[in-house]
Amino acid sequence: MTVAERTPLLELRGISKRFGAVQALTDVDFEVFAGEVIGLVGDNGAGKSTLVKAISGINLPDSGEIRFEGQPATIHGPNDATRLGIATVYQDLALCDNLDVVANLYLGREDAAPRGAGPLSVLNELSMERRAIEVLRGLSVKIPHVRTQVASLSGGQRQAVAVARSVMWDARVVLLDEPTAALGVAQTHQVLDLIRNLRSKGLGVVVISHNLADVFEVCDRIIVLRLGRRVGTFDVRGVSQEQVVAAITGAEFGGEAAGAAESGTEVVQ
Amino acid sequence: MSTTIDDPGLVEERPGLAGIWDGWRRRLAQGEIGQLPVIIGLIAIGTIFTILSNGTFLKPSNLTNLFLQIAAVGTIAAGIVLVLLLGEIDLSAGALSGLAAGVVAVLNVNMGIPSLVAISLGILTGTAVGAIQGSWTFSFRIPSFVVTLAGMLAWTGALLFILGKTGAINIKDPLILGLAGTFYSGAIGWILGLVFVAGFAVYVFWGRRQRAAAGLLVGSALTTYLRIAVIVVLVLAAIAILNQDRGIPASLLIMIGLIVVLDLVLRRTRFGRYVMAIGGGAEAARRAGINITNVRIAIFALCSSIAAFGGILGLSRANAVYQATGGGDLLLNAIAAAVIGGTSLFGGRGTVWAALLGALVIGSIANGMALLSLEPSVQYMITGAVLLAAVTIDAIARRGRQASGRA
Repeated sequence: MTVAERTPLLELRGISKRFGAVQALTDVDFEVFAGEVIGLVGDNGAGKSTLVKAISGINLPDSGEIRFEGQPATIHGPNDATRLGIATVYQDLALCDNLDVVANLYLGREDAAPRGAGPLSVLNELSMERRAIEVLRGLSVKIPHVRTQVASLSGGQRQAVAVARSVMWDARVVLLDEPTAALGVAQTHQVLDLIRNLRSKGLGVVVISHNLADVFEVCDRIIVLRLGRRVGTFDVRGVSQEQVVAAITGAEFGGEAAGAAESGTEVVQ
Repeated sequence: MSTTIDDPGLVEERPGLAGIWDGWRRRLAQGEIGQLPVIIGLIAIGTIFTILSNGTFLKPSNLTNLFLQIAAVGTIAAGIVLVLLLGEIDLSAGALSGLAAGVVAVLNVNMGIPSLVAISLGILTGTAVGAIQGSWTFSFRIPSFVVTLAGMLAWTGALLFILGKTGAINIKDPLILGLAGTFYSGAIGWILGLVFVAGFAVYVFWGRRQRAAAGLLVGSALTTYLRIAVIVVLVLAAIAILNQDRGIPASLLIMIGLIVVLDLVLRRTRFGRYVMAIGGGAEAARRAGINITNVRIAIFALCSSIAAFGGILGLSRANAVYQATGGGDLLLNAIAAAVIGGTSLFGGRGTVWAALLGALVIGSIANGMALLSLEPSVQYMITGAVLLAAVTIDAIARRGRQASGRA
């Protein structure tokens, strides 16, 4: 099946962003399909973070168009992105170490009653704990117990909790910023398994990573940015790491040809 | 390490007491020490003074005095705990408690306003001051240390100003004096104790039943029984001793009632969850959509309101307000009590019960030293050493937690 026959879950067209004298993104297209893992790679300063921030509503692009499930969408802030079902897990995870897993999963969205009591409404710990167990079980996340403090979890487990928190609120697209940085081999495997799990649930997953080994292991397609432009799109099955590295560094332009076709039109899955 | 959630790590490895012991050892190794050091310290201090004073320390009249002495400082410490949980500090609480006492005295004695209204206005003074200090701290992003230090100076001056040339006001109002002067003895004392113990037991057992009914993991029943047994023995022993003197002091009941309410708010409500979240990671809380500025200002207002009320308890015990009210070592003792009680200075860890435990430690040292007719010089140095020990234990426990956060 070719891309042209399917509508991407999330699609960006002609995104440009300028910070003062620096042209961070120039006419970048980007698309992720449901049930697909995209590896977004590029050297430092290639524009990965700027693109992710445009999608998650933190930095608005100067020009360009965003479509969600084929419909034009506007993202003017993080809340717009959340409402569309776009969740972002940043590298620092944003977890509260002193709270347990349940409290972190529900942070800012606590189940509490009565609604009229506002801040003094009483937490419904039982329902939160049950749902937390369901969510983690559904993602095959392994942790000692949902009442464990996040501080005593391993790096991989913390990453898993952060991902679970982002997807448990009906996310359709998940952006993961360096999810395997600073993780050991076993923990990296846990996180990659979790990413495959998200894919099998029909989510669109975007992995921003410097680690090409991980990208090749888990991604379906690789999108390469260099100096603010999209310079290559590869199906992982038809490309070598050397070709991707060449595209990232710009050492050899044969990468695009070898990786097959122009952006957004090559074979998926 | 990678047990599934169907096979929870919280289940004790061995049945019975051995399993509880395992759980404790694991938590200690991970730096989850909670109130353990202060409880050990309290037992040690009590034992030492009981021996050195030939038993006078544990006499009913002396224990009653001890509780009367710690009511004000323990109450102020409860407010300080809230601010410490955010990772902030309030240095104005002592001076503010003096100002609130002054406001109540001026309103009630000089202006003839009914005592209940005067007390309410005294507490509201604290609320307003706390809200101003909190807003100032977080809108201008100045460390709370500095803003409340300025507040300490200002409210000390404000007390001198409202006391005017006389410099002291004596209280005669029965309601105000009754806060520290009322005792519940005999059967009433026992009934209060039984209600407290029964309430605690029902709360714990009801929680267990709810969890079991929801199909969730329930902790060891033995631990639960032990916890309840310890509370029952402690409360009933305290009442038995206090009843041999005048009974349970009203100010002790007020302080414990306040701690119970604050503890429930912190652990069971959305607001309490936000407070702990901000203390554990303000940036994470902000990104989760929590209005961290409003929560922080609310906590500063609450802390100052509680400090004001602590000042009114102190006023009741002292029968008067002077220029020095709220000064001296009151603030430092309140902060020391919160920290000695196990509240982390790094924010996000601790319970309001730390205020009671820490105040008992500091109060016991002062009380025991007085019984032994030791110089205040010795008392200050020993209190300082205990505070240093408490902070050091906190820092070491923090290292233990970081080491066990297997990254």
